[in-house]
Amino acid sequence: MLVYDTQLTSRLLLGTSRYPSPAVLTEAVKASGTDVVTVSLRRESSSERSGQGFFSIIRSLGVRVLPNTAGCHSAKEAVTTAHMARELFGTTWIKLEVIGDRATLQPDVFGLVEAARILANEGFQVFPYTTEDLVVADKLLDAGCRVLMPWGAPIGSGQGLNNVPGLRAMRARFPSVPLIVDAGIGVPSHAARAMELGMDGVLINTAVSRAGDPSAMAGAFNYAVKAGRTAYLAEPMMPSDVAIPSTPEAGLAFLA
Amino acid sequence: MRITLNGEDRDVAATTLEQALSELGYTESFVATAVNGCFIPKTQRRDQRLGEGDRIEVVAPMQGG
Repeated sequence: MLVYDTQLTSRLLLGTSRYPSPAVLTEAVKASGTDVVTVSLRRESSSERSGQGFFSIIRSLGVRVLPNTAGCHSAKEAVTTAHMARELFGTTWIKLEVIGDRATLQPDVFGLVEAARILANEGFQVFPYTTEDLVVADKLLDAGCRVLMPWGAPIGSGQGLNNVPGLRAMRARFPSVPLIVDAGIGVPSHAARAMELGMDGVLINTAVSRAGDPSAMAGAFNYAVKAGRTAYLAEPMMPSDVAIPSTPEAGLAFLA
Repeated sequence: MRITLNGEDRDVAATTLEQALSELGYTESFVATAVNGCFIPKTQRRDQRLGEGDRIEVVAPMQGG
């Protein structure tokens, strides 16, 4: 998958949040086969310095880092967070989140487009967490985004793909834009489904980190993403409302 | 001078952001900073003068989705 001139071997991106321990996180990242993990920025205590310890673990994994602006509720907060992330992580990549609703964590698409335009103009490579709305997607591309990250379902809900026709329409409208489903995927079959629709990748966090065995689940997602992608390229059959016999009817013995 | 560090009131003798970070225990820290909601690059901390009531945010990498 090519995103912003970077070739990724895995189409699975993995979040680093809510794992039972750093060791389990490390195992899950390895099992997932991912090239990219998401991270955030949070207040650092001078006495604990927990951020420093966390980042040394991430560094040891040898994967690319995609910082997010999670928790930002305005374009200004998100832009400032992106500036801080660029300095700390040394990357122009930013997973841009501007949250508009505290209950559903639905993106504020107005603030999102505003922040995306500012950051793209400053040379950031923006990965916007958005809805499947085609008008918003158009505006994000116009703002300079070269990747779109539509939600599958509300963040952390594990509901899967709540609007399959909407994602399909997105794929059809933007055939050459990398589309990475971000948020809401609960089990590997959801990820496979997203890939079968022609999505370019998926970003998983809670479905792996809150599984009973995160490492095993990360491996299952690794397989599912590959299976779904292979199926998409193999061009799935068209569904039919009626039964179509798979065994030939011609030559059927008359046995009545 | 009374400032706010990550949401908590603190008294510092420092007059610049760089001095304040040192005074507050962030020497050699892997952090990014903002003052009153504006990002202050590492290279500008020395010149960033602080005023009464300034809000300093000091952040570091953390788990994220």
